[in-house]
Amino acid sequence: MAVVSTAIATLLGTLLAIGVEMRRQYGMGLEALIFAPMIIPDIVLAIALLSFFSMLNLTMGLHTIILAHVVFNLAFVCSVVRARLKSFDWSIVEASADLGASALTTFRRVTLPVIAPAVIAGALLAFTLSVDEFIIAFFTAGAGRASTTLPMQIYAMIRFGITPEINALATIVMAVSITALTLSQRLNRGIIGQ
Amino acid sequence: MSEPRTLLAIDHVSKKFGQVTAVDGISLDIRENEFFALLGPSGCGKTTLLRMLAGFETPNDGRILLDGHDIARTPPNKRPVNLMFQSYALFPHMSVRANVSYGLEMERLPAAEIRSRVDAILATTELVPFADRKPEQLSGGQKQRVALARALVKRPRLLLLDEPLGALDKKLRGAMQLELKRLQHEVGITFVIVTHDQEESLVMADRMAVLKDGKLLQCDTPHAIYEHPADRFVADFIGVMNFVPGKASSDGVVAVNGARIAGKVPAALSPGAPAVASVRPERIRLFPSGETANRTTGTVEALAYHGLDLQLHVRTPLSPKPFLVRVTADAADRRPVASGDQVELGWDAADVRIFEE
Repeated sequence: MAVVSTAIATLLGTLLAIGVEMRRQYGMGLEALIFAPMIIPDIVLAIALLSFFSMLNLTMGLHTIILAHVVFNLAFVCSVVRARLKSFDWSIVEASADLGASALTTFRRVTLPVIAPAVIAGALLAFTLSVDEFIIAFFTAGAGRASTTLPMQIYAMIRFGITPEINALATIVMAVSITALTLSQRLNRGIIGQ
Repeated sequence: MSEPRTLLAIDHVSKKFGQVTAVDGISLDIRENEFFALLGPSGCGKTTLLRMLAGFETPNDGRILLDGHDIARTPPNKRPVNLMFQSYALFPHMSVRANVSYGLEMERLPAAEIRSRVDAILATTELVPFADRKPEQLSGGQKQRVALARALVKRPRLLLLDEPLGALDKKLRGAMQLELKRLQHEVGITFVIVTHDQEESLVMADRMAVLKDGKLLQCDTPHAIYEHPADRFVADFIGVMNFVPGKASSDGVVAVNGARIAGKVPAALSPGAPAVASVRPERIRLFPSGETANRTTGTVEALAYHGLDLQLHVRTPLSPKPFLVRVTADAADRRPVASGDQVELGWDAADVRIFEE
């Protein structure tokens, strides 16, 4: 679940960041819109998404959790990648075109490799947030075990008292989160150090 | 020498950014194998014109003909034209060799040919020892050579250079000016360089165009522009010029103090019209022997020693600004002058240029 939503959010977030930075004159409105999912309290976002999904008559399940996570992960990936793009020298994109590369080749061989550390950092951050996210997942999940995420499972188990299994699971979640976060920080520091 | 062939014809090209006209109906011919300079103060439209030649801007009006074909709307990656960027725009994640190979890989050439052409250009630009380095491990001059090699290896019909020497220190700049000229001869490619440095274009260019406010003021050889500037702006912008403001008469200019400066008056200037007479500092003689058409006396305000020559600032009654006079070190040795001295200055009528004020 976390992997899929991270992948989608990373792809969209990177493209969004590039789009926003290239057309910076459209400014503030778009900026606020992108940051909105980061700022809005999780519970508000969760309820909003729930009512949105039920308005569309979607059956709840793993796919709705993924969609919901994409919404808030997008904002995080986008802001990390944009931070990198602020110091990006756009003339190398022009240089690539000048040397005969198409727009797609330029993206693949020039833009992406240069911003790759930020993209990976953004992805890891998104993954961390996704793995231990509870509220949004809880609201947008369907009935049945198929759409139960790990934090939801822990919550369900906790109602019957704290067992060693819960401790073990919590440790796993924490370990995964800390590892991903540390990696993400490392990569980001590498960017600033450049 | 056979008649030079026109490679690129810029035909009444205009470019507007919103309300601002950056390039205003410029027409220029650039010839095969020449070193052409676009010169002007910042904001004169020279960089916009260059970007239109490279394909990064599309003109609102006019045509750009390369070998007779209109390329005004051809995207940059489809033009046989390469640009060397002011910031060099090297790919930071690639080695020098990969940077230089990139353009040839885009042409899908066989690997062996890419290798031999890259090797050849790295040798020409003396970059062989740095082939495996990343751009961040290079000095400014080396980066500049990589940018040049990367553009030249494509063997473009036209190489555009945007302020190529702007980021280098003065001494290195002098060396690179000559280096660029040598390379241009060696590879036989037409160079178009954009610069705001008039000295640079005088040194390097075969022909140059002076631009101001998006308009072409004059296009000629550096020598012709230096000796016969088209108007007061060009005269002031290229080299150093002493100006005497006044009113036009039939055979010269009457200065504010009533003194007459003899010189050839352009036909367009009617007597009595505001005019300005001008003379180059190196044309003025100190304590002239014999007759000279123009003479004045003044007080030396400052002296500057430049090795080969001596520059004097002389306060004269002719103009509010002091005259700048350049005399050779030899002449200065024969008759030394000091600050505060009264000196006599003289120059010929043939060295005077008169412009509309």
